[in-house]
Amino acid sequence: MSFVSVGALLNSAQQLPLWQAVLEDDCRDRGVEREASFEKMAGLWRAMRRSAADYDPDRRSASGLSGGQAAKMAAADASLCGPFIQKVMTTALKVGEQNACMGRIVAAPTAGASGVMPAVLLPLQERDGLGDELMVQCLYVAAGFGQIIAARASISGAEGGCQAEIGSASAMAAAALVHARGGTAGQMADACAMALQNIMGLVCDPVAGLVEEPCVKRNVMGAMNALACADMALAGVASAIPCDEVIDAMNAVGRLMPASLRETGEGGLAASKTARKIAGRLGE
Amino acid sequence: MNIFDIMGPVMVGPSSSHTAGAVRIGLTARRLLGSTPTAATILLHGSFAATGAGHGTDKAIVAGLLGMAPDDPDIPRALQLAAEAGMSVSISAGELRDAHPNTAQLAVTNRQGRTLEISASSLGGGRIRVNAIDGMEAAFSGEYPTLIIRNEDRPGILLEITRVLYEQAANIATVQLYRDRRGGLAVTVIECDDPLPEPLRRQIAALDGVVRCTYLDMEEG
Repeated sequence: MSFVSVGALLNSAQQLPLWQAVLEDDCRDRGVEREASFEKMAGLWRAMRRSAADYDPDRRSASGLSGGQAAKMAAADASLCGPFIQKVMTTALKVGEQNACMGRIVAAPTAGASGVMPAVLLPLQERDGLGDELMVQCLYVAAGFGQIIAARASISGAEGGCQAEIGSASAMAAAALVHARGGTAGQMADACAMALQNIMGLVCDPVAGLVEEPCVKRNVMGAMNALACADMALAGVASAIPCDEVIDAMNAVGRLMPASLRETGEGGLAASKTARKIAGRLGE
Repeated sequence: MNIFDIMGPVMVGPSSSHTAGAVRIGLTARRLLGSTPTAATILLHGSFAATGAGHGTDKAIVAGLLGMAPDDPDIPRALQLAAEAGMSVSISAGELRDAHPNTAQLAVTNRQGRTLEISASSLGGGRIRVNAIDGMEAAFSGEYPTLIIRNEDRPGILLEITRVLYEQAANIATVQLYRDRRGGLAVTVIECDDPLPEPLRRQIAALDGVVRCTYLDMEEG
């Protein structure tokens, strides 16, 4: 892809909608027709919907650490956050648990963070009766910002910590939500920047080295952060630091992280007494 | 990297490196062997060995050997399906020298008695690299249509191979050459931009000095 900065992406988006600038770039990059590119993205949207719809509350992961949580969240009455956010949280847990239990998901941008995008987009589509075409456009917006984060920083927990996985997913989702609500390209960049700022420094510390605890629950946090940052951007709240500089700062923070906090299962929560006990039990 | 490396792939969880990449390693071995193996010996190294059970790495590799893609919902049942298909599978953990943390070594045999040994690493995001074939060094991803040619190490042979590609207007993306010793056996790995038709592959296989020509196209059904 040709975009190495959000600045360049915003420039391309002066003549045409940002999602379309990303689509045109994909057509040039892979040598495909517009229809072929759009149909491929539409396939991912359908797969995302299935990843939540196929949720089986009785399924458990091989380790026994994951499964059944989304059903509890869905059944809770009088959620503090209200019914819409309850649905967002439930969807994030559903897809996160699907992933942990070897179900089929869409890596967005990674498998561990696969719950964030569907968690914000599916309930919004349902609540506002939005068309599938608009939702596919949202995925282009997310992919556009995501690839710049991947190019300038990282989307791998082993390289940049959880900020690179849930953080990237949350930033991509925030930008996508701004598009869904008819915001400007500048507001998408602000939403992306603020979402990354909020999660900056988050370490990757999976218990027993598995993509389960705390990963599944962090999908919930990533989704709620995306909603809040999109709302802020749409209200005119801007990021004081330009998006590219935020991404570069996140990259620098990732590089400063010791290996024990980058998906090795050695530091953070993974180093707690209980986590070590769980890891020991699974190792037997 | 394109936008569908960011959004996607559709895959069975929980880990793009430990699950989706592992399926791809198994699938690559199957394609290189030419058919479903009847026996497979799998050695898991590093993080593949340490967290492989929780990530389903063992099931994922066997699923690939059975011909499943990384999004096949039957991946969790792969060991059972292999047993039903009459594939004998042996999986163990071990240490490989100077290997990437997510590396597997596979030795497979098919019904015709053909054997293949590969070492491959999962690099993240479901992408892989084959490090060795039958004990000879190599380095390719399977992301391109790839020719793996076992040939005699003598002057001019690369010219003869590439002439066939040139005459069929096939564009080469990368070329790698490895050999065990001067004048011995060599492995030539050629990655091309577009799929290579069968007659072209047969033409290369028939060249004097070419011992074996294997073709890998992961897009092929």
